Amino acid sequence: MNTALLTLPAAASARNTTNNENRKIWTSTWILAALLLLALIAGLTLGRYLIAPTRVLEILFSGSGFDTRDPEAAMAARVIESVRLPRVLLAALIGAGLAAAGAALQSLFRNPLAEPQLLGVSSGAAFGGVLAMLLVGDGQPLVIGALVFGMLALAAVFWLAGGKAATAGSGTVLLVLAGIVVSGVFAAGVSLIKLVADPQNQLPAIVFWLMGSLATADRDRLLLALPCVGVGLIALYGLRFQLLALSLGEEDARGLGVKVALARALTLIAVGLITAASVAVCGIVGWVGLVAPHLIRMSFGADHRNFLLNVMLGGAAYLVLVDTFARAATAEEIPLGVLTALLGAPLFAFLVRRIGHGLEC
Amino acid sequence: MHDDVLIAAQNLGYQLPVCKRMKNAARWILRDLSFTLERGALCAVLGPNGVGKSTLLRMLAGMQTAGAGQVIRRGRVGYVPQAVHPALPLSALEMTLLGRAGNTALFGAPKKQDYDAARAALARVEAAHLAARPFSMLSGGERQLVLMARALAAEADILILDEPTAALDWHNQALIMRLLQDLAAEGVTVITSTHAPQHAFEFASHALLLFDADHFAFGAPAGVMDEAALSRLFHLPVRRVPLPEHAGEKMAAIPIFSMLHAQPQTQPV
Repeated sequence: MNTALLTLPAAASARNTTNNENRKIWTSTWILAALLLLALIAGLTLGRYLIAPTRVLEILFSGSGFDTRDPEAAMAARVIESVRLPRVLLAALIGAGLAAAGAALQSLFRNPLAEPQLLGVSSGAAFGGVLAMLLVGDGQPLVIGALVFGMLALAAVFWLAGGKAATAGSGTVLLVLAGIVVSGVFAAGVSLIKLVADPQNQLPAIVFWLMGSLATADRDRLLLALPCVGVGLIALYGLRFQLLALSLGEEDARGLGVKVALARALTLIAVGLITAASVAVCGIVGWVGLVAPHLIRMSFGADHRNFLLNVMLGGAAYLVLVDTFARAATAEEIPLGVLTALLGAPLFAFLVRRIGHGLEC
Repeated sequence: MHDDVLIAAQNLGYQLPVCKRMKNAARWILRDLSFTLERGALCAVLGPNGVGKSTLLRMLAGMQTAGAGQVIRRGRVGYVPQAVHPALPLSALEMTLLGRAGNTALFGAPKKQDYDAARAALARVEAAHLAARPFSMLSGGERQLVLMARALAAEADILILDEPTAALDWHNQALIMRLLQDLAAEGVTVITSTHAPQHAFEFASHALLLFDADHFAFGAPAGVMDEAALSRLFHLPVRRVPLPEHAGEKMAAIPIFSMLHAQPQTQPV
């Protein structure tokens, strides 16, 4: 009946291509998983102290039963187990978390420029961290202070956006505005603490921590970040279809029967948990949430069946590689946050040119 | 109430919210509207801009709470908005699949039966060949087909469409209206707003004319849409001409645009 709307009917070949398509789609996930594995091995191998990949695998699979009579082997095992393994795993965890959080916010706010820092949670966590450094000290108090204030910032965003945000048509706009307010207040708070901090010891520590670094990564921090980021990742992965519906806009999503307020609140809590935990263990690491989703979409297309999974794997591999570069490339370690910005900004500039075309289709 | 009634409005009304700063009184844009549609009816809603067609459709779809009266629905409602602007690059199939979002668990993803339903819905609007195309690259007519497929994928018994033919050429208008007629014949109850009386004459089983907030007419198109009613509806003289190739009741409505002020603006009912 609709001959004019019909382009060349490809119905016969459609069935054949479906299976091929499926295989092609999941190929990208396997490629990214392999890339992550390679990045992890590279991260364990490279550093100021080179350890051969074969030795790395040996140590990983032999557990702690290595030969302690060979001092060099014992040294390598200690470096792997207490320094590099927690560090690469933490980098992978944070990378996956920030990338997924960015992708989720880009969907939720219908804006390709959204990233986890938009919500004000990272500013809140930064304030909590430096406050703890000022009053109590580095280490555990810092991590807990950052986590607590990150979640407080999220609560403040919800409170400012008000109960209306759940039902009003402009709920997401209110949330963005509230995020800007909270972000501004906590950023001012951080400046204030820098002003009163002891310029000999505290101030350099604060400044270095704010730049973002995984240099302090250890087993404790990994175990602290794992539940927060893990829960956030699982929640976001579960919500992936609702996030797709929310990307149509609140009104349309509601018309489709989506529980907009609930899905949105769960997404923001998951993103908040991931962001707060990442700031707590490695300071502010920007650009990952912005670059990773676009990079994945550009490289592998936009099939949303495995998009979020690809983003998680890609973000993890990206941050592991960047962190490895940060500590292995030069004698003095470059702060991770500085490097992600240094790499992310030009990479994003390159993507922007292609997104410019991509947005039209 | 009769069992076959799929959707009914009872004394439905809607009041614009009062804006304190503007110091305006609460204004009714719809008041005391009642009608009943049975299974398989195709109702065209006509009225001038701003009379409240979209508000009425949104109340019927349950997307807006009624200010007065109530809507009775027997079955699942699918609402087709005039346009959707996805923020992400979605394929037509993914767009159709989102029709299933309301039935999918909060932490769930569409399963094989959802994909099957989406593909079947696309096939039903004869748009199966569009499945892999990016939604935002489709033409206006194709998008409208995909949005209708999306509503059908939700297994809607009642289809409510907000001006599906706006911004479409005549051929595509005919395709959309014919498709709605086919769906109605299959037992779907269809309510669509339109600015073309011709759609009502040629395709609809019922016409709902909204003159203003308090006055409306409801019935078979040929009966309800006489010259006086159409002239009053559009504030323009409208002539009704029988179409010779349709022996019977098919009519053409022709607006006389140049006689803009010839018609008295208001008439007693």
